[in-house]
Amino acid sequence: MTIARAAALALAALLALAGCSKESDSVKIGAVLSVTGPASFLGEPEKNTLLMLQDEINAKGGIEGRKLEIVVYDDESDVNKCVMAARKLLDQDKVVAVLGPSISGNTLAIMKLFGPAKTPLVSCSASEKIISPVDPWVFNTPQLDRHAVLRILQDAKKKGYAKIAILTVSDGYGQSGRAVLQELTPAQGLTLVADEVFGPKDTDMTAQLTKIKAAAPDAIVCWGTNPGPAVVARNRVQLGIDTPLYMSHGVASKKFIELAGDAAEGIVLPAGRLIVAGQLPDDNPQKALLVGYAEQYAKRFNAPVSTFGGHGWDALMLTVNAIRAGKSAKPQDIRDNLEKTSGFPGTAGIYTYSPKNHNGLDENAFVMVVISKGDWKIAE
Amino acid sequence: MDPASILQYCITGLTVGSTYGLAALGFTIIFNTTGVINFAQGEFVMLGGMVSVFALRGLGLPEPVAVALAVPAVTLAGALVERLAIRPASGRPAMDLIIITIGVSILIRGLVMLVWGKDTHALPPFSGETPIPFLGAALMPQSLWVLSITLALLAGLKYFFSATLHGKAMLACSHDAKAASLVGIGVRRMVLLSFMISAFVGAVGGVILAPLTMTSFDVGVLLGLKGFAACILGGLGNPFGAAAGGLILGVLESLGAGLISSAYKDAIAFVILLALLFVRPSGLFGAKDAKRV
Amino acid sequence: MGGFRADVLRLCALAAALGLAPLALSGGYHLTVLTMCCLHAMIAVGLNLLVGHAGQISLGHAGFYGLGAYTTAVLTSTLGLPVPLGMAAGVLAAAAVAFLVGVPSLKLTGHYLAMATLGFGIILSILFNETVAITGGPSGFTGIPRPAVAGTPLGDLAYYFIVAGSLCLVLLLSLNLLHSRLGRALRALHTSEKAAQAMGIDVARHKLFVFVLSAGFAGLAGVLYAHYLTFIAPASFGFSFSVELIVMVVLGGMTSLLGSVLGAFFLTVLPEFLRVFENVEVLLFGLILVLCMLYLPGGLAGGLAALTERLRRTALERTRSREAADD
Repeated sequence: MTIARAAALALAALLALAGCSKESDSVKIGAVLSVTGPASFLGEPEKNTLLMLQDEINAKGGIEGRKLEIVVYDDESDVNKCVMAARKLLDQDKVVAVLGPSISGNTLAIMKLFGPAKTPLVSCSASEKIISPVDPWVFNTPQLDRHAVLRILQDAKKKGYAKIAILTVSDGYGQSGRAVLQELTPAQGLTLVADEVFGPKDTDMTAQLTKIKAAAPDAIVCWGTNPGPAVVARNRVQLGIDTPLYMSHGVASKKFIELAGDAAEGIVLPAGRLIVAGQLPDDNPQKALLVGYAEQYAKRFNAPVSTFGGHGWDALMLTVNAIRAGKSAKPQDIRDNLEKTSGFPGTAGIYTYSPKNHNGLDENAFVMVVISKGDWKIAE
Repeated sequence: MDPASILQYCITGLTVGSTYGLAALGFTIIFNTTGVINFAQGEFVMLGGMVSVFALRGLGLPEPVAVALAVPAVTLAGALVERLAIRPASGRPAMDLIIITIGVSILIRGLVMLVWGKDTHALPPFSGETPIPFLGAALMPQSLWVLSITLALLAGLKYFFSATLHGKAMLACSHDAKAASLVGIGVRRMVLLSFMISAFVGAVGGVILAPLTMTSFDVGVLLGLKGFAACILGGLGNPFGAAAGGLILGVLESLGAGLISSAYKDAIAFVILLALLFVRPSGLFGAKDAKRV
Repeated sequence: MGGFRADVLRLCALAAALGLAPLALSGGYHLTVLTMCCLHAMIAVGLNLLVGHAGQISLGHAGFYGLGAYTTAVLTSTLGLPVPLGMAAGVLAAAAVAFLVGVPSLKLTGHYLAMATLGFGIILSILFNETVAITGGPSGFTGIPRPAVAGTPLGDLAYYFIVAGSLCLVLLLSLNLLHSRLGRALRALHTSEKAAQAMGIDVARHKLFVFVLSAGFAGLAGVLYAHYLTFIAPASFGFSFSVELIVMVVLGGMTSLLGSVLGAFFLTVLPEFLRVFENVEVLLFGLILVLCMLYLPGGLAGGLAALTERLRRTALERTRSREAADD
């Protein structure tokens, strides 16, 4: 049966290829990212960034004279595949640290593997459960939803808004934001008058917006990642609603402006400084690295840089920094030195870790921007 | 719960419902000729939108030309699917064919993802974006395009099936393939034709909807599911039932989201569907011969 | 009966292979993959009984998997009940819901039944997603305890043996069923419901029984899965996994229980091989599916049987031609 035989041969070849693990004197850092699947808008730029930085570091002589080797696995945004990939990195590739995963659900699934394996995990996802309570071996790099919500509510209070309506996506990111919004809105002295939800693949939110319109809020906060919020922005204009609209940092990419078109005008959101790097004052500690990152990424990948890719930048560079600071690539030392990081400028903000704080950022990591004439503008 | 809001929910529901109706229509045409539920139907709708975007952005063609190019291209894709995946499996049990079409849908999705990436794309609306005020609610011009083209398609299909030789031949195949071939109908050719017409309908649906809903490589999945549900709602095998089922499903969903809970919007649609299946499986407009033990 | 003995022999071979496999494997990664294979195989076997032997269909079987998982998660983690109790409750919950859904649904046939199971599966997955207070919502449910023996939680290797053992038990039960009077009734039912009814077989009761049993197997896999990963998320129990399960059964060969095990193993391991190919993976998955369906109609089990038959015949011909040459 030639088909079966050919298939068996092909499988054997793939097995040999896949099972191959290289032996070398390089510093091996692993990464499990959602390069494909629904979260690929996170994983793909993260992976690109890691590979770009790997080449850059090696061109400049590596880490402590040793070559940097990054092993990236795609978990396809799937929990089971993520667990298997993490296992593979720890058992077979024997990496000294693992970066990622891109999404919170996957991070929560693999977190408990790292204590017994005594290897640090630097996640690119933002759920609070990742760093609270603190697991000594687990860190994360993105700004927390709490920081973003705080900035939005502070801005709303400043503008005199009292009644807030929220519209969130029913996925991990949206649900996390919804929980924080429900908690902080009354805590900040504002009233929550509407709480609507939409699905990640929904193509029409006029029903939810109509319901919100009837509640007469002073401002609407939409929490999600593309393409849903773009539809929300367009639907709002189509329905003739002119209530001010806030978005979350999940849409801090040119793609949102492209999809929402004219409907994006006037929307306010908190964002990392990467997207407005050019507008920062020259003495800002992040400006040089942000401008450089944006230029190199655009040149190499022919695509605009993404704030999500920045989470990968931060994860890798914080780890490399820890290795250099402690002059050791042993997992235990990396972990200890990560915890000692102080004032390290990354793309998302300035990082200061401590035994009680494995996120390293606060709400000042964000800057409020407004979309004006199809581009970002710092709003303060 | 003012009347303007309810009207808005209905308008939204009808627009979204046309999506489901067009997908359901495609399911019905293939089912009528072959007895197969083609799970790749949602992908034809997706292809209509994606190929248009590619023709517009990648090739730089003006929108009418891009659309005029996309629809026949997808029709051809439908023919390819029939020839390469369905015909070699003719005579196999229904389960096998369902699985094959699921495989085809995964394949098409993977191909599009590889060639055109995972991004979402917007098509410019046919006649502008200014909403038309209508009794306190807002109506998008594109919605009018969607509804009118859907009705035109329905009328065209009704004429095709009842008045033309090919249409009647296709119906004959669905009633009894052996008898049809005995009277000289090329059953294989009818099957091919049914896939092409289905792909055509799907492509048109994708093209007129993309300006409203945006498109990406994976819009076909949920669309296919809801289209399938609309089919059952309207009565499997009845093209008008399929379209009506889609519209009704859309309106119920929209009203459910607005009046009950937006979080459970999808669940509402399926709960109604289940209730209907348990009480009247032939759907709202199907013949009462649906199989019940 | 000859068939039963042959099947039991094959089952013993499988059990031996599963039992000895950890010796050949190096490390936790392979063990994790193997454990997942066994879990998926458990569900596939139950689904095979339903689809291949009883001739029904379920496009929402991932829902029962999830029901088992979430029931035990909530009972053991949120309510602090002992793990064996949670596990039993999970299996019972899946079976009970299958009973409630099955009574009205199994009166339908063909596409209507498909749609009913599809709708039910989607409703369940939406419930898992939205009832955040109970299930933790889209971000998942953490902190599910591992079962403990004498105070220490079970390690991965011990847990693997439990899972593999459960799979073998499930297979034994199913094989026993198929070779019994019930199995004959199912085959009659599959061939022609009307004829079976005319022979006095209570069609509705038999269909319901298989439906509930297959849901029970899925629930069992679900509870084992939950306590293995100690984390579950709604995305694992949605429509795409239901489709994957059907593919496992069909790919493995619809009339062969052991084929379903093969199909489950193949589909669980394949993405690990295709890991090297990332972007092309989705495309390849679809391609493999279509090609296998078109050119391997009996599934992998059929292909394997044909292969062994071919080898046997060539060996036979060779001895015959040698004998002829000697004459």
